[in-house]
Amino acid sequence: MPDAKVIAMDGDRPRPAGARSVLAGAERASGERTRRRRTTPLLREPAAGPDDIPAKSYPAKKAPATKKSPATAKPSAATESPTVAKNPVATAKPSAAVKKSSAREDLDAVRTGIEDPPDASTRSERHRLGRELLSQAGEALVEVLTSKARPGDIEATVGSMLSLLFRRLAGEYELDDFGFDQEFAETIPLTLLLPLYRHWFRVDVRGIENLPTTGGALIVANHSGAVPMDALMTSVAVHEEHPQHRFLRTLGADLVFQTPFLAGLARRCGATLASNPDAERLLSGGQLVGVWPEGFKGIGKPFTERYKLQRFGRGGFVSAALRTGTPIIPCSIVGAEEIYPIIGNVPSLARLLGLPYLPITPFFPLLGPLGMVPLPSKWLIEFGPPVLTDEYEPGAAEDPMLVFDLTDQIRQTIQQTLYSLLVQRRSIFF
Amino acid sequence: MGRVVLVTGVSRYLGGRFAKLLSTDPEVERVIGVDVIPPPHDIGETGFVRADIRNPVVGRIIEHAGVDTVVHMSVIATPLAAGGRVSMKEINVIGTMQLLAACQRSPSLRRLVVKSTSAVYGSSPRDPALFSEDLVGQVPPRNGWGKDSVEVEGYVRGFSRRRPDVDVVTLRLANLIGPAIRTPMTDYFALPVIPTVLGFDPRLQFLHEDDGLEALRLAALGDMSGVVNVAGDGVISLSQAARFAGRPTAPIPPVMSGAVGVLYRRAGMTDFSREQIRYLTFGRGLDTTRMRKLLGLQPDYTTREAFLDFVAARHLHGPLSPEVIRGVERKIGQLVGERPAGRPPRSGGLD
Repeated sequence: MPDAKVIAMDGDRPRPAGARSVLAGAERASGERTRRRRTTPLLREPAAGPDDIPAKSYPAKKAPATKKSPATAKPSAATESPTVAKNPVATAKPSAAVKKSSAREDLDAVRTGIEDPPDASTRSERHRLGRELLSQAGEALVEVLTSKARPGDIEATVGSMLSLLFRRLAGEYELDDFGFDQEFAETIPLTLLLPLYRHWFRVDVRGIENLPTTGGALIVANHSGAVPMDALMTSVAVHEEHPQHRFLRTLGADLVFQTPFLAGLARRCGATLASNPDAERLLSGGQLVGVWPEGFKGIGKPFTERYKLQRFGRGGFVSAALRTGTPIIPCSIVGAEEIYPIIGNVPSLARLLGLPYLPITPFFPLLGPLGMVPLPSKWLIEFGPPVLTDEYEPGAAEDPMLVFDLTDQIRQTIQQTLYSLLVQRRSIFF
Repeated sequence: MGRVVLVTGVSRYLGGRFAKLLSTDPEVERVIGVDVIPPPHDIGETGFVRADIRNPVVGRIIEHAGVDTVVHMSVIATPLAAGGRVSMKEINVIGTMQLLAACQRSPSLRRLVVKSTSAVYGSSPRDPALFSEDLVGQVPPRNGWGKDSVEVEGYVRGFSRRRPDVDVVTLRLANLIGPAIRTPMTDYFALPVIPTVLGFDPRLQFLHEDDGLEALRLAALGDMSGVVNVAGDGVISLSQAARFAGRPTAPIPPVMSGAVGVLYRRAGMTDFSREQIRYLTFGRGLDTTRMRKLLGLQPDYTTREAFLDFVAARHLHGPLSPEVIRGVERKIGQLVGERPAGRPPRSGGLD
């Protein structure tokens, strides 16, 4: 019985009972959890403390309401040099960008003073037990609205937005060979997904230190949730949490690249076709590559089979890693299964539309577009310790037995970590 | 002892330029140009022979002149120029067969260079981002120039099996672009409004005509053999290219793109086959590692530079040219620029 085994292994974190569990739950629901990163007991890795992850170096981006620190309240212009270097807008219009970020910092200072004293006890008090998750999202919305309400801020934002817009209208941007447009990926999709990542799914990332700071690595993860939201969230997690803010280059099915609009968008965001030539080219180019080897079998499986890993393709990802000598990083994603619980499938209609499956969720066809809102499940993403592949001899990729063994080993690791994470998650939504 | 080179297709732009380039090369003793019509432009010291490669007279030329290198450049892409699809196929496929038959008989022949195209890979959503020479496209071209080129390459492979003593080089060139060359692609970007496929923004790769000539020269006078992709570095997206050319785009739903292609062809505005529409939907990229390592070509122009050179040389200018966009931005900047004067006291008051 896997469950019994996992509970036994959960020794170093005794499950709180009674009132303590309620308190722990409250803490968990609050923003506190994003600061306390633990690794799974199963893997027995030293936990990454909050200090290991450098503070967000994005003063220009919106800091979440739950994560205000006194440092962000200082409106000093000196701290803005990384932003200026990082922000592509700033190179075109440095003055506008500095104005913008300083205006934002002013705003942060004002808001922090009014509604959010930087005191840990008052903050945990504010986040009461059973706090509605929707209110958190609402708070984010209010934050956006209040920041928009300042005319000076609007002016600066509009100025830098216009500069970016005109630059892109004039075609002044670079694509790499795969069609990845870094400026676009940083500006639009990652920014739009960030509120979803922070406030809706409240993604808790563990083991980000297992990702290399430079060089290639292949991240292999479980797939679920009817739409590839897990791939999007993993990309955001890698870009947000990694100290170097690396980009995850995802490998997608051909369906993605033949769908109008999605095709161009996916390539611009760094995706490419899940094929050995592309995977090996990206890996030997020193990129972080993400692959979801279960494919449609994993993402379209019914809710009753949640967190049961499907077959891991044909092991193509292992041979790609072996040929390029790059480490494989198992990644376990908990939470994506519940965003769209698939309770039915209409294969005939799916065939008609040329789709691999057509999911029915408790809400989807029933509530129409409203049913397409993902359920706000609590997400945990854990990157496991890397499996090194550079010590095998050169012809190892041609040895099917070795490839199968490695595939199975990685699949087992992800499955065990999933069970362990599920035990740690208190409920689906907290 | 100099070399004797036979070039087919000299009456076309690239063939003529290539023959002229070779005739000035000290290594080359004699260049013989062959085509069905006299060249409309200067081909330098090249001796022109008016002959059709579809009949055996080419064989006699090769034999009498002691030709040791044949550069086959008369695989054509434009059915309008050839007088229809049927005669285009005739020139491309039957012409190649006849030429190769003549080559096979010639004891003096040492080297054969065939100008092919990257269109042989086809274009589909199931293809990798970059093609290396040993990969085969998931959806090979089924008609037009691409299909002809696939057949030509097939005959060339057959020839290299039968004459293992002859070094055969097949150059798969990306779309050629430049100040003077005219291809369906250059016609396309000269349209006042560029039709695109709705929802797709393909990656395009171009090769500057000068780099293309250099690739042919290296292939003809070098000592490598095999198949080589030739393309400029990097890719640009179709929307980017349209912006550089200053042209607005008109997205057309995928189901109607074929019909619109036919419409443009009938109107004689550009020469678009179904394969080219697939290319403009899904895009394609070439891996040029062999070009650098084996052929030894370092292109002077990247894809973007080649396209910008084309835009500058043709004076392509439209309502969305980068200069126009920049002008509008400056104007708006001036309008907005008046506002921040009132800002400092306000933000100072808040501090």
